[in-house]
Amino acid sequence: MLSVTNLDVAVNGGMILNGLNLEVQAGEVHAIMGPNGSGKSTFANVLAGHPGYEVTAGSVIYEGQDLLQMEPEERARQGVFLAFQYPVEIPGVSNVYMLKAAVNEIRKHRGESELDAVKFLKLVREKLKLVDMKEEFMHRAVNEGFSGGEKKRNEIFQMAMLEPKLAILDETDSGLDIDALKVVAQGVNELRDASRSIVIVTHYQRLLDYIVPDYVHVLAGGRVLKSGGKELALELEEHGYGWIKDQTAEPLETRA
Amino acid sequence: MSSSVATISDLIGRDYKEGFVTEIETDTFPPGLDEDVIRALSTKKNEPDFMLDWRLSAFQRWQEMAEPNWAHVSYQPIDFQAISYYSAPRSVGDGPQSLDEVDPKLLETYSKLGIPLQEQKFLAGVAVDAVFDSVSVATTFKSKLAEAGVIFCPFSEAVQEHPELVRRYLGSVVPAGDNFYAALNAAVFSDGSFVYIPKGVRCPMELSTYFRINALNTGQFERTLIVAEEDSYVSYLEGCTAPMRDENQLHAAVVELVAMKGAQIKYSTVQNWYPGDEEGRGGIYNFVTKRGACRGDDAKISWTQVETGSAITWKYPSVLLEGDRSVGEFYSVALTNNCQQADTGTKMVHIGKNTSSTIISKGISAGRGQNAYRGQVKILKGAENARNYSQCDSLLMGDRCGAHTYPYIEVKNPTATVEHEATTSKIGEDQLFYCRQRGLSEEDAVSMIVNGFCKEVFKELPMEFAVEAQALLGVSLEGAVG
Repeated sequence: MLSVTNLDVAVNGGMILNGLNLEVQAGEVHAIMGPNGSGKSTFANVLAGHPGYEVTAGSVIYEGQDLLQMEPEERARQGVFLAFQYPVEIPGVSNVYMLKAAVNEIRKHRGESELDAVKFLKLVREKLKLVDMKEEFMHRAVNEGFSGGEKKRNEIFQMAMLEPKLAILDETDSGLDIDALKVVAQGVNELRDASRSIVIVTHYQRLLDYIVPDYVHVLAGGRVLKSGGKELALELEEHGYGWIKDQTAEPLETRA
Repeated sequence: MSSSVATISDLIGRDYKEGFVTEIETDTFPPGLDEDVIRALSTKKNEPDFMLDWRLSAFQRWQEMAEPNWAHVSYQPIDFQAISYYSAPRSVGDGPQSLDEVDPKLLETYSKLGIPLQEQKFLAGVAVDAVFDSVSVATTFKSKLAEAGVIFCPFSEAVQEHPELVRRYLGSVVPAGDNFYAALNAAVFSDGSFVYIPKGVRCPMELSTYFRINALNTGQFERTLIVAEEDSYVSYLEGCTAPMRDENQLHAAVVELVAMKGAQIKYSTVQNWYPGDEEGRGGIYNFVTKRGACRGDDAKISWTQVETGSAITWKYPSVLLEGDRSVGEFYSVALTNNCQQADTGTKMVHIGKNTSSTIISKGISAGRGQNAYRGQVKILKGAENARNYSQCDSLLMGDRCGAHTYPYIEVKNPTATVEHEATTSKIGEDQLFYCRQRGLSEEDAVSMIVNGFCKEVFKELPMEFAVEAQALLGVSLEGAVG
C-alpha cells in the first residue's frame, strides 16, 4: 500500500524529517507516536501533499505509484485521506455542498457516475450515524463555529463518506473529551477493513486504547527510532519519550 | 510557498471569453461634441423640444464642470472630442416589429454570449429589451406587460409615446447637472430603457436588459428610468458583456429609480464588460450614476450588483430615503483581477422618519487588482430613529492586489443607530489545501471559497442571475489563488 524510504523533508530551510522509513500493508493500522516537534504532523501533511513542505530526498510509493509526483487532489482521488489536526473553516460554503463536490470528484475519478441529490443524502444519513452527528450539521458552513469535538467528528464523517484506501489521522484525539474520543474511535473502527490502511498520528496512547493498532512507531528527530507492536505504546506511556531516546542515543550520535 | 504564487498567476492568466466583435454596418456620427452634435442627435431621434432643451442645458452645465478625480482609480485622460456620440446598427432603420426582423447576426452574438432570446422568451419568462450599441433592437413580451398596464420600452420610444411621463420624471432623481458624467450623459444619451409600473401592479415578470458595447470608439451613454407608482412592485435585471477591444471605452450611464408610497423596486446588475488584458491595456471605463428615490412612505429600493468586468468600475448606486419607514438596500460583489480597478459602494441618505438601510459589500481582489469600497451613510436632522447596518468584507488573493475601505458617516439626529463592520481576509493556503485534499481541483476550490464569501449577496439575486453570477465569478477568477 505505502512504502516510505529515506524521506527527508525541509520547511523554510530547516530539516523536519530526516531519513524516515515506513512500510504499511493493506488492512493494517499503524500508529505514529512521538514527542512534540518530532515531525509527526509534517509526515502526515507530506503524505497528503501540503505545498508548504519541501521533500529534499527519499521516495514515497503508494500502490505502486510515486505519490510525491501527484497533486494533492490527485492523491485524494486515488484514495489518500487526511483527517486534519486543525480542520479549516470555509465561511458561506455548506458542509453538504463541499462534501457532495468531493464525493463526486472521487467517483468521477473511479469511473463511477455522480450521485444525485437523493442518493447522496441517503449516504449522508447512513454515515452520520457512524459519528453520532445530526443532519443539521450538513447545512452549516464547513467547520464554521464548530466546537473542537465537532470538527474532529466531521473529519471522520468525511472519511466515512469518501471511503479512502489510505486514511491518515493527524492528532484526531487532541482536544477531544473522553466521550467524543469514543465516538471518533468507534467511527474509525467501523471503517477498518482488509483493503484499507490507517495511519494514526498521535501524541498520547489513550486513543490507542480504543483503536488498537497493529504496529506502533516512535518518531524522534524526524525518523523512526523504534517500531513494535501495540505494547510499545504502553511502554511509552509508562516510561515516557525520554526512554526511547536513551535507548537509541548511540545510533543518533553515530549519525551525527 | 513559491509554488502557490506560480499557481496564482497561472490561474489568473486567462483570456476574456466574451471577446469578439460583430460585423454589422453602423450609422455613426464622426467623433466630436458640440451643440450641433446634440441637435443632430435629437433630430435623428425625432425628439420633442423639451428633450432638446434639456440636453442643451445639460451640455452647458457639463462644459463648466471639471472632471472629478477623487476616486481611488487612475487612468489616462479621456479625450471627449475623440468619441463618437451616436452609433446605430443600420439594419434597424424602421425598427423591427418582431424578433424575425432583427439582424440574425445580432441574435447570433447574443447566443454566443449565452443569452438565447427565444429560450428566455419561452422558458424563463423574462422580457428582454436588448440594447446593442445605442439602439434597442429587440423587445419581447410587450403584450403581456401591456395587459398589466406596465410600460417597458426603449427610452427613445418612451419619449415618443409617453412624453408626459418622461418629462415628469427624467432628471428628477439624477438632475442633468448632478455630476460631470451624469451631465455628459444627459446631453448625449442615445437610448436606454424606460419602465413604468402603474399603481397597485405587481409586474408579472422580471424585466431584463442586456447591454453591449460594440462599434469602435463609440462611447455608450445609456439612460434608464424606472417609475413604480403606489404599492407596485418590479424586479429589473441588467446584464452586460462586451467584445474584445484594444482601446478604452467610456461608459457613462445613468439609472434613475422612483418608488412612490409602498412601492418596491429591486434592481439587479451583473456586469462583465471587457476588463482589459493582463497588462491593463484596453477595457471599459464604467463610470455610472445610479440613484433611486423612495418618494413615498414605506417605499423600498434594493440594489444588487455583481461587478466582475470593466477596466475601471466607478459607481455608487444610492438611495434617497424620503418617505417615512422607507427602506434602502445595497448588496454588492466587486471583483478586480489583473489590472482592474474598482471604486464602488453606495450612498444612503436618510430623510424620512424610521427609515432603514442595509449595506453588504464584498470586494475581491486578485492579481494587481485594486478594490475600494466607498460608502456614505447620511442621517439628516428630521430622520428620527433611522437605522443603518453596513458590512464591508474584502478578500485578497495573492500579494500584489489591494483592498481599501472608505466609509463616510454623517449623523445629524441623535436617535439614529448606525453600525459598520469591516473585515479583510486572504484566501488561505490552508483552505485551498483542505479542499484539494478532499479531491477538488484548485480552480474549483477557489470558486467555491469565493462563492461562499459572496453568498449573502448572491442570495439577493433572482435565481437565473444567481447562477450566472456564480459562473461569472468562476470564470473571472479561474486561476486567482492566494
